[in-house]
Amino acid sequence: MRIEVLSYPFDPWEEMRRHQAMFDAGRGVFGACASFVGTLRDSNEGNSVHAMRLEHYPGMTDKYLNTIAEEAGKRWSILHLLILHRVGELQPGDPIVLTAVWSAHRASAFAACQYLVEELKSRAPFWKKETLAEGERWVEHNTPGT
Amino acid sequence: MSIHVKFFASLRERLGREAQEIEASEGLTIGALWCVVSGTDCLPTNVLAALNHEYATPDQRVRDGDEVAFFPPVTGG
Repeated sequence: MRIEVLSYPFDPWEEMRRHQAMFDAGRGVFGACASFVGTLRDSNEGNSVHAMRLEHYPGMTDKYLNTIAEEAGKRWSILHLLILHRVGELQPGDPIVLTAVWSAHRASAFAACQYLVEELKSRAPFWKKETLAEGERWVEHNTPGT
Repeated sequence: MSIHVKFFASLRERLGREAQEIEASEGLTIGALWCVVSGTDCLPTNVLAALNHEYATPDQRVRDGDEVAFFPPVTGG
């Protein structure tokens, strides 16, 4: 399990490949992997987004990411999971969040991955401030997941 | 007793500070602490509170050395 808040850009596909290689090394111990990658869109609520700044609450954010992962581990049979979340300055197209779950079968992988994303978005303390042509704007709420 | 208070995101900008130390009397609730630091009445529904890195309700009481944070709804992911 790896859970980390990153202050620098990351490549989600490379991070998944590296994490999988670390615990599996081509042996085939898992039967399913489900992942979610959230990236910064270049528009929001009718405005062009030029950049975004993400802030968090050191200590509490890490605590909640770990809590959410532990809850998923109790509800589903998970072999490994990976959660990475950016803070700092982001440009459109930059990955914001990666959640990935490896399990024996797809049902656990899909369900746990969705749980991680939805719980992270509603409970982990992160805040987004967009830079628009018109100025800066705090994002006040997330879009519903379903 | 001494309470360490933190503010985040739009709330930090609105209040013009990111942290402050409060000398308070025993039995102070999170809701009453909000009144002291913000100069307003009840804790609004769009302001969340955390006590020592756990979400907290306005009726929870603080103790000496506690860290309390106030912040707007979270928007990660």
